[in-house]
Amino acid sequence: MENPRQPEAVSPERAAYLKRIRWERIQVKGLQGSLLIALFLLWELAARQRWIDPFIMSSPLRIAATISRMFRTGNLLYHIGITCMETVAGFLLGTVIGTAVAVLLWWSPRTSRVLEPYLVVLNSLPKIALGPIFIVWIGPGVGSIITMGLAISLIVTILEVHHGLSLTDADKIKLVETFGATRAQVLQKVVLPANLPTIVNALKVNVGLSWVGVIVGEYLVSKAGLGYLTVYGGQVFQMDLVMASVMILGFLAAAMYLGVVWLERRLVPPTQQPF
Amino acid sequence: MHQQKVVEMQQIAMKYQSESGEIEAVREVSFSVYEGEFVSIVGPSGCGKSTLLSIIAGLTKPSSGQVTLLGEPVVRGARSVGYMLQKDHLFEWRTIEQNTLLGLEVRRDLTPETRAYAQELLKTYDLWAFKDSYPRELSGGMRQRAALIRTLATRPSILLLDEAFSALDYQTRLSVTEDIHDIIKQVGATAILVTHDISESIALSDRVLVLSARPAELRAVHHIDMAGLSSRQRRDHPEFRSYFNLVRKELGLNGKS
Repeated sequence: MENPRQPEAVSPERAAYLKRIRWERIQVKGLQGSLLIALFLLWELAARQRWIDPFIMSSPLRIAATISRMFRTGNLLYHIGITCMETVAGFLLGTVIGTAVAVLLWWSPRTSRVLEPYLVVLNSLPKIALGPIFIVWIGPGVGSIITMGLAISLIVTILEVHHGLSLTDADKIKLVETFGATRAQVLQKVVLPANLPTIVNALKVNVGLSWVGVIVGEYLVSKAGLGYLTVYGGQVFQMDLVMASVMILGFLAAAMYLGVVWLERRLVPPTQQPF
Repeated sequence: MHQQKVVEMQQIAMKYQSESGEIEAVREVSFSVYEGEFVSIVGPSGCGKSTLLSIIAGLTKPSSGQVTLLGEPVVRGARSVGYMLQKDHLFEWRTIEQNTLLGLEVRRDLTPETRAYAQELLKTYDLWAFKDSYPRELSGGMRQRAALIRTLATRPSILLLDEAFSALDYQTRLSVTEDIHDIIKQVGATAILVTHDISESIALSDRVLVLSARPAELRAVHHIDMAGLSSRQRRDHPEFRSYFNLVRKELGLNGKS
């Protein structure tokens, strides 16, 4: 141990570079936090000073009070639970059914050619317009809301995943065919593993879409959930309630997205992860 | 000499159809390949050389003509065939060992014995230390060797090499072709190499088939009389130049190879 610096020789330039990066990262995080706090402070101040009408614009402290009151009465967790359940259900169904249909279309190119115009029309159709149909068919309730969440994410998933599957490297498929692979083996050994990143990416898109579908569904029918609270708050002119619901929604949606990113890290091997 | 015919091509012709028209890739080609032989097919780019390999492997059905493999009509994915593509196409989501087992898995032939054989090959060709690595951690030459092991693990009796080394840089390519030539000679496999590289074909094979430009026809056949020499010794052999010039003239090429 004559020269303790020997084993991990970090050049002074490298050390300075690393330090600069770390400092930059801290600064960005700090500014992000400060911006949020500043906005809330300004909002609160504006409400206190009556620059804005707190009855219409609400204020951070009033929102906090509303949230804590609802939390104490036990209502809040119930509404959050309902909405989360609906979203997760719509999201999972959209992903599973969408991927399954995409595989089917890959399996039978003729089916895919036949169905193409239908998918294009369904994709451009604003799915929200289907809301009343679901309500009449399925009945006003959780079923309709989940279907709404599913309707919004399904077609995009089918198109996205099918596109990925059909772009699989033809030579990789040829390779397994030289070993006599059946169509099922081509799917299992090449097409699905090669497209794991595509499928996980569809998950990411679906998280956001499912939230849209579920909240719209709750606007149309429902007796519970965050979307219901938002609409109800608007109808009875309780802006504190509306704002509180929106804040919680934003928080939950972000948390779910991070969950999918975490899942991506677990599912997709590092060799297939985008940089 | 009673050598077994491994491949027999009789009056093979191939026309590709598409909406924009018809392409006649192969006009009429007949040849046989015997057990233990290393045959190269050279021809100008895009002349339908690869089509011939696809036909031998049963991946493409010829428009007319007969192919027999070991005396039997060819079927897709025949067990006797090992096909090497231009690039190694190792799957990036599989480790090197898992990649070498791919063919056995697909053929539903993964037993303790076949697995042991694949591992044996990994050891013999110096990839054992990398069996748990992923393809992107390996050099181009090592990846080609892994791809060859993937093919050899299914114990094919004929190897089809489709421009198998052309994605490599020149230096790597020389050493990989040498390696692979040695390996093929060691296991005594029959091989057909498709290439546009004249010197590669002479350095590796017992026989060189020269094809014309599309639609491909057999223009000449050369027996390369340098048996028992390694590919490097062949490249240094005084006869090498004359074979090279002969083939080059037949291909109608002047100047570079």
